[in-house]
Amino acid sequence: MNIAYVFFTFKYVSVIQSPQQGVLALQFAANIQALSHNFAGRQVLKDVSFTLEQGAFVGLIGANGAGKTTLFSVLTRLIRATSGTVMLFGHDLQRSPAAALATLGIVFQQPTLDLDLSVLQNLQYHGAIQGMSPTHVQGRAQEELERLQLWDRRHERIRWLNGGHRRRVEIARALLHEPQLLLLDEATSSLDLESRIHLQRHIRSLIDARGLTVLWTTHLAEELERNDQVILLSRGEVHAQGQLSSLLTAAGVSDANQLMLNLSTART
Amino acid sequence: MKKSAYLFCFWGVLKREFQRSLQQRTRFISALVRPLLWLAVFAAGFRGTLEGMVIALYGTPVDYEVYITPGLIGMIILFNSMQSSLSMVYDREMGSMRVLLTSPLPRSYLLFCKLFAIALTSMLQVYAFLAVAFLFDVAPPALGYLTALPAILMGAFILGALGLLLASLIEQLENFAGVMNFVVFPLFFLSPALYPLTFMQDGNTWVYWACVINPFTYVVELIRHALYLDLNTPALLVNLVAFAVLTTAAVMGFDPARRMLHTKGPKGR
Repeated sequence: MNIAYVFFTFKYVSVIQSPQQGVLALQFAANIQALSHNFAGRQVLKDVSFTLEQGAFVGLIGANGAGKTTLFSVLTRLIRATSGTVMLFGHDLQRSPAAALATLGIVFQQPTLDLDLSVLQNLQYHGAIQGMSPTHVQGRAQEELERLQLWDRRHERIRWLNGGHRRRVEIARALLHEPQLLLLDEATSSLDLESRIHLQRHIRSLIDARGLTVLWTTHLAEELERNDQVILLSRGEVHAQGQLSSLLTAAGVSDANQLMLNLSTART
Repeated sequence: MKKSAYLFCFWGVLKREFQRSLQQRTRFISALVRPLLWLAVFAAGFRGTLEGMVIALYGTPVDYEVYITPGLIGMIILFNSMQSSLSMVYDREMGSMRVLLTSPLPRSYLLFCKLFAIALTSMLQVYAFLAVAFLFDVAPPALGYLTALPAILMGAFILGALGLLLASLIEQLENFAGVMNFVVFPLFFLSPALYPLTFMQDGNTWVYWACVINPFTYVVELIRHALYLDLNTPALLVNLVAFAVLTTAAVMGFDPARRMLHTKGPKGR
């Protein structure tokens, strides 16, 4: 076996033995194959395929209406795709939803906190519906809230927090059950610049600290770094994927905004 | 999933429902004010309605307040169930339903937990009402408070399931006003909550038959009999059938994703 391949395998992906098939299979954080979805007579996702390596930060970018939120809804099992498969850490999302969903931490674009409950109560509720024991939830909530400097405000009702703090609570909640893959759908869209930068730094630090895999959905290209892996979605199709710097070089442009603009111009 | 995970989830959903009830105290109080107004004002005006009439269950002529109390218990359960369904439509529009639906536990189980939580909050309201009704000389046998408990719980489950079913069919929060007019009021008025069915039979046959096929009729009658230490077997059977059919339909038919999937929720939130 090629030494370089072995090194690559140990660094980025784990190798598992499939007892049923008796063959080696690569386990990606996510393996999406031939995903298509129709809605109201329109094909909103067209044969979308990509993989997420464990411990990677992957940006899913595309203009408004590119199909990002639909794809996000499929990955979180809010909707069932018309065809195709979603494997999360080797679990088929349709056949083994419990195992697959347990690997996910999710931050939706739309705020989903209960405004009338406190910060801690929101986390306790989330822990409960994830099947965590109250004592485990308490310990984990303290860890996550302390990390985000929110522990002192744990008894405050969400209604009284500003947008940036609410987002931080949602991040803490998404990480409460120690997921392996964090999905964020336009998580910074309603935040000011300072909050956006703070949130980004925090999420990126989690990759090194915990080996978390992150799928960061955004239409704000400036949120991505040149060495990030990127999936470029346009009109429901994966237009390009790879390292952002490589995509920019191939397209002959200097930034991701220009890349998206070129794409939308070419399609009209 | 471990079995304990189901227990933790059940407790968590229950706790959240109670925490929300505590936060929304006005809702709890208004749930009591409505039936108390009927008991104190409406019943005072219609006190003579049952004059001289012997209802088998009670054995002797009864005060109108005593007669309508089980109907008002049904009213509390009915309104609480519908308001809880309303909150589910709200949850769906506001996005918090997404969090519930991405739990690794089965959706049918999550909905069962939700139904149970709604039923328990209804029960709390009912017993708070019965405590106040005692001041109006509505005093069923002490044991009746206990024997009525399963009947109240079953009624709450039936009406909660109906609410859940409606919540899955309602596309927008604004449409919920229609539910009050086309579902809640007909269910309540076409039942023996306020008058014995014999009144309806004498007055209008169509109305009488509408009452007979109304499941709420049997919810009220089961509670009425249980409260006075009697088992109304036909009412129990109808309750059991309604419980099985509506709970199954609600859990199987509930698809909150129906509307929210292709929307991003209210703007500017």
